[in-house]
Amino acid sequence: MADVVALIALIIDSAIRLSVPLLFACLAGLYSERSSIFDIGLEGKMLGAAFAAGAIAAITGSAWMGLLAAIAASSALALLHGFACITHRGNQIVSGVAINIIAAGLTAQLGASWFSQGGQTPSLPNTARFLPLEWPGAEALAGVPLIGAVYSELLSGHNILVYLAAATVPLTWWVLYRTRFGLRLRAVGENPAAVDTAGISVTWLRYRAVICCGVLCGFAGAYLSIAQSASFIKDMTAGKGFIALAALIFAKWRPVQALGACFLFGLLDAVAIRLQGVAFPLIGDVPVQFVQAVPYILTVVLLAGFVGRAIPPKAGGVPYVKER
Amino acid sequence: MAETAGSPAIRLDGISKSFGPVRANRDISLAVEKGSIHGIVGENGAGKSTLMSILYGFYQADAGSIHISGRPANIRTPQDAIAAGIGMVHQHFMLVDPFTVLENVILGAEGGLTLRQGMDQARTELIALERDYGLEVSPDATVSSLTVGQQQRVEILKALFRQADILILDEPTGVLTPAEADHLFRILGQLRDTGKTVILITHKLREIMAITDKVSVMRQGEIVDTLHTKDVSLEKLAELMVGRRVLMQVDKQTVDAGECVFEARDLTIAKAQYVRSLDKVSLRVHSGEIVGIAGVAGNGQSELLEVIGGMRSDYTGDIMMRGRTLRPAISAPDAIRANGMAHVPEDRHRMGLVMPFEASENCILGYHNEDRYQRGALLDRAAILSDAAGKLERFDVRPPNPHLPASSFSGGNQQKIVLAREFEHDPDFLAVGQPTRGVDIGAIEFIHQHLLDMRARGKAILLVSVELDEIRALADRIVVMFAGRIVGECLPSVSDAQIGALMAGLEAEPGV
Amino acid sequence: MTGSHEQLPPWATAVVLPLLNVAAALAVSGVVVWLIGESPLEVVSLLLWGAFGWGEGVGYTLFYTTNFIFTGLAFGIAFHAGLFNIGAEGQAYLGGLGVALACLYLDFLPLPILIVVAIAASAAFGAGWAFIPAWLQARRGSHVVITTIMFNFIAASLMVYLLVNVLAPAGSMQPESETFSDHARLPFLHDIAAALGVQIATSPLNLSFVWALICCVGFWVLIWRTRLGYALRTAGINPAAAVYAGMSPGRLTIIAMMLSGALASGMALNEIMGSQHRLILEFTAGYGFVGIAVALMGRSHPAGIVLAALLFGALYQGGAELAFEKPQITRDMVVMIQGLIIFFAGAMEHFFRPQLVRLFSLMPSTSRQEA
Repeated sequence: MADVVALIALIIDSAIRLSVPLLFACLAGLYSERSSIFDIGLEGKMLGAAFAAGAIAAITGSAWMGLLAAIAASSALALLHGFACITHRGNQIVSGVAINIIAAGLTAQLGASWFSQGGQTPSLPNTARFLPLEWPGAEALAGVPLIGAVYSELLSGHNILVYLAAATVPLTWWVLYRTRFGLRLRAVGENPAAVDTAGISVTWLRYRAVICCGVLCGFAGAYLSIAQSASFIKDMTAGKGFIALAALIFAKWRPVQALGACFLFGLLDAVAIRLQGVAFPLIGDVPVQFVQAVPYILTVVLLAGFVGRAIPPKAGGVPYVKER
Repeated sequence: MAETAGSPAIRLDGISKSFGPVRANRDISLAVEKGSIHGIVGENGAGKSTLMSILYGFYQADAGSIHISGRPANIRTPQDAIAAGIGMVHQHFMLVDPFTVLENVILGAEGGLTLRQGMDQARTELIALERDYGLEVSPDATVSSLTVGQQQRVEILKALFRQADILILDEPTGVLTPAEADHLFRILGQLRDTGKTVILITHKLREIMAITDKVSVMRQGEIVDTLHTKDVSLEKLAELMVGRRVLMQVDKQTVDAGECVFEARDLTIAKAQYVRSLDKVSLRVHSGEIVGIAGVAGNGQSELLEVIGGMRSDYTGDIMMRGRTLRPAISAPDAIRANGMAHVPEDRHRMGLVMPFEASENCILGYHNEDRYQRGALLDRAAILSDAAGKLERFDVRPPNPHLPASSFSGGNQQKIVLAREFEHDPDFLAVGQPTRGVDIGAIEFIHQHLLDMRARGKAILLVSVELDEIRALADRIVVMFAGRIVGECLPSVSDAQIGALMAGLEAEPGV
Repeated sequence: MTGSHEQLPPWATAVVLPLLNVAAALAVSGVVVWLIGESPLEVVSLLLWGAFGWGEGVGYTLFYTTNFIFTGLAFGIAFHAGLFNIGAEGQAYLGGLGVALACLYLDFLPLPILIVVAIAASAAFGAGWAFIPAWLQARRGSHVVITTIMFNFIAASLMVYLLVNVLAPAGSMQPESETFSDHARLPFLHDIAAALGVQIATSPLNLSFVWALICCVGFWVLIWRTRLGYALRTAGINPAAAVYAGMSPGRLTIIAMMLSGALASGMALNEIMGSQHRLILEFTAGYGFVGIAVALMGRSHPAGIVLAALLFGALYQGGAELAFEKPQITRDMVVMIQGLIIFFAGAMEHFFRPQLVRLFSLMPSTSRQEA
């Protein structure tokens, strides 16, 4: 029994760690897509941020400087996306694809030529990383059944970005549904002309949404390279940006549901790692690749309306042109 | 705000605006008196909407100046316009469908970074406004659940909530039922009585006569005259609008109606359990006859055309050609064409043409599977081109160049391309929707003449138009639609009042 | 959208704008090269030499070009039908499975027949993988863009599973299939040339290149000279007009996507049967995504697609040589340049339009056509 609790605690703990970058990126996408700027470039922004964090943390020896650099890099890419899609009314999908590819190439190239470690950034000392924070009494309670598992394993012992990610969910909810910016953001995704005629600049509103997206992707990337690991590794996002996108659709562009979707997808990942080579009764060996594909399959099923239905913001993907 | 006494609410001086080579507004000067309802009439494309968009900061005028209450106003964005006390009710409502009425009203005027306080205040204000002007809508209703008339009231509330003194309404009755329109006019009257200034843009002369104090007539981007409404007759206004005496009486030969070519029986489209966009529509069209369908836009005419054109399958009922039931056995548009029917769609931009395609390619749209255009597995380009050249020639399309993309022709010439394609197919039955919408006067006459020629050649024609005058001039019989039903039939000679009553649904059973 | 007053002569839109876009992308790349301490001019000359300066280089350039032609055509045909097929990557991946199955299990067939079978198998698998997102859009209303992205990842998982657990020979730790037998390979062009008595440099350039060019011609005929192409273009530009004309947009969506998937898997033919001679992991290597830029730059016209594909092929090959010559520069530099070209040519397509319009309006000779 204690073994099972420990195993479950372990899996949930690892699911939390795995879902944090998804959650940041997913909420990032939420701001952008609610403003009707589709963003399949979450992956690239995360990657750029991860590289900037790894590189600057290595150079300055400060995790916070790394985080700032991550936010700056990711926001720069977000503004690039905004420039193409908002100012120049370019195709949002193409721009997103381009940003993913630019980020993949640029980070690996710069990494290789700056640090000469095959595209990796130097391994960070603990002082230059975000380290797990032990909650008071976590050690003492560790032995207590159940409470110990929950308190010491699940709540305590994460780095600050994990708690920030958790706080971003209610914050985003509040911004979206209780502030002026949120009202306008939701409106511009549905009917930009209504926003324009109400005397609000559609362009500036969308730029702000895109910047929010960039900042949050910065957190996601920094988490990968200077919190979860101790250096940037080439292509370290490995599709997480797309899982975040899937989670966003799964959550139907709503913040609280985004938390659920990201945790679910993180859990799947954690389970896949745990279950490698474990044979189930009746089913037998579940291929790990299948578990990895589940988020994508679920998203496709949801989009197709077989179970529920995900309807994106009405004006999504369409540049705003004043009617003549 | 010290106002210069007696100065007009709005004064425009020498406003000009061009879109590339198109001069939408030329040297427009206009004064609108405070506390009046000022009408602006003109045909589609006369430049009314452009002028109002300039006033609302949507576009910048190339030249000219605007004075609001005697002070020069520099209106560069809608925000400037709102600040100057101008509110606008657009033809297509600027509402966010999933939002509540309250959320829509405060959008852009939230009164703070967070919503709560502003929302509470706005609710109180909104309820007061609704009471003062009889604009009943629930603040917490979702916009998408409101009727069109109610949505329009939300637009008016938006403007009033922003303390607009000047209210511009762009074609406000196009989507309203007659009762809703009357309600709107009562509201506008009340607004005037409380000192607000109302500008009403429309192309419906009767509205102008009914509620405006003064009226300006626009034609081809210019204001041709501004008059006191009480001093002017309908006929005079119509003449000013089109620029010469309109004798809508076309030279119509008598043609003896022959056998019944087309028959529709009980065509019905059920949208929801009790909502039907078509409700048991039955009609016959005989050879050598034009049957006109009259009605306020949105009363099922579009659906009827689409059903007849084979474009939708969500209906019940039968369609018969020369006594033979066509459907539902055969229901695709190409099968319709093969059975001697042709369909000129209401909206040539949306359906009738593919704008980037060459004229020649547009000339085979819908007939592209016919043998005469094929050479083996490929399309026979030479045949298509020569065929198109002939059509353009015969329908006097200018320039008669089959290589030009459809988008480079004027509206009238585009419509001629569509008509050439459908008429030359030599159908027995023609369903024609809005044949002269957005078409210049010269082309209108040409098109009318061609329709009458087809009639003289014994074709059966069903004509749908929102222009009552057009229907009167061309049709042998008029069928009036209201709320998806045929509510009456009359001869083109009956009085306006009689047709008007039918179109308003006054003779239909209430409470559906 | 941009008013009629902003119109450019067609040749300027088709040629000058794409060239300006590429130039902008290369200029930005030059800045990055300079930032890492290399001379942009030297890099350019190395790139050009690597791609075109020697026989083998040209062979490799054309080999990569073949991949880009296929993925460019794939994106282009869907684009004509108004669809955004982001899934060429996954479709080509599955196409590779088709090729490999044919080459592994039907290698007793005579080569000409095997080639036809392999082409058919790759096309069938690629088209099949495109069918599901297409069907979902046509019948269930889910957008192909998102579904095809998801299908790329599903394809990746599926292929890893198959290569690790099913196709890898017993006892092998390598996630790849057995190597095809000698007579289940597409002939290299240098071998064909040698048989004809012409000596050309050794490279992986193979018969797929010829097939790619044939597909270009077929693409042109299909789109501009057949009823199906007419219908595809109509549905792509104006779906309501397509319905009016008796076409079925849903059916056309499915046809266009399947053709697109089939064309995408042409690159699997080139890589798997033409060069690798076994099924390997991730051989699609982003060609599917670059195909978007190839098609957009080439205005979805086969001639333009061939030229744009050649540009990317040269970049790819030249970049490989460059990385070899300059240890400071890795192949990732080429990836970045590709990304920049996609960005400028695809997303910022009209970036230079206003300037160009102004330039043209200064020229007195351009007479305006009044309709």
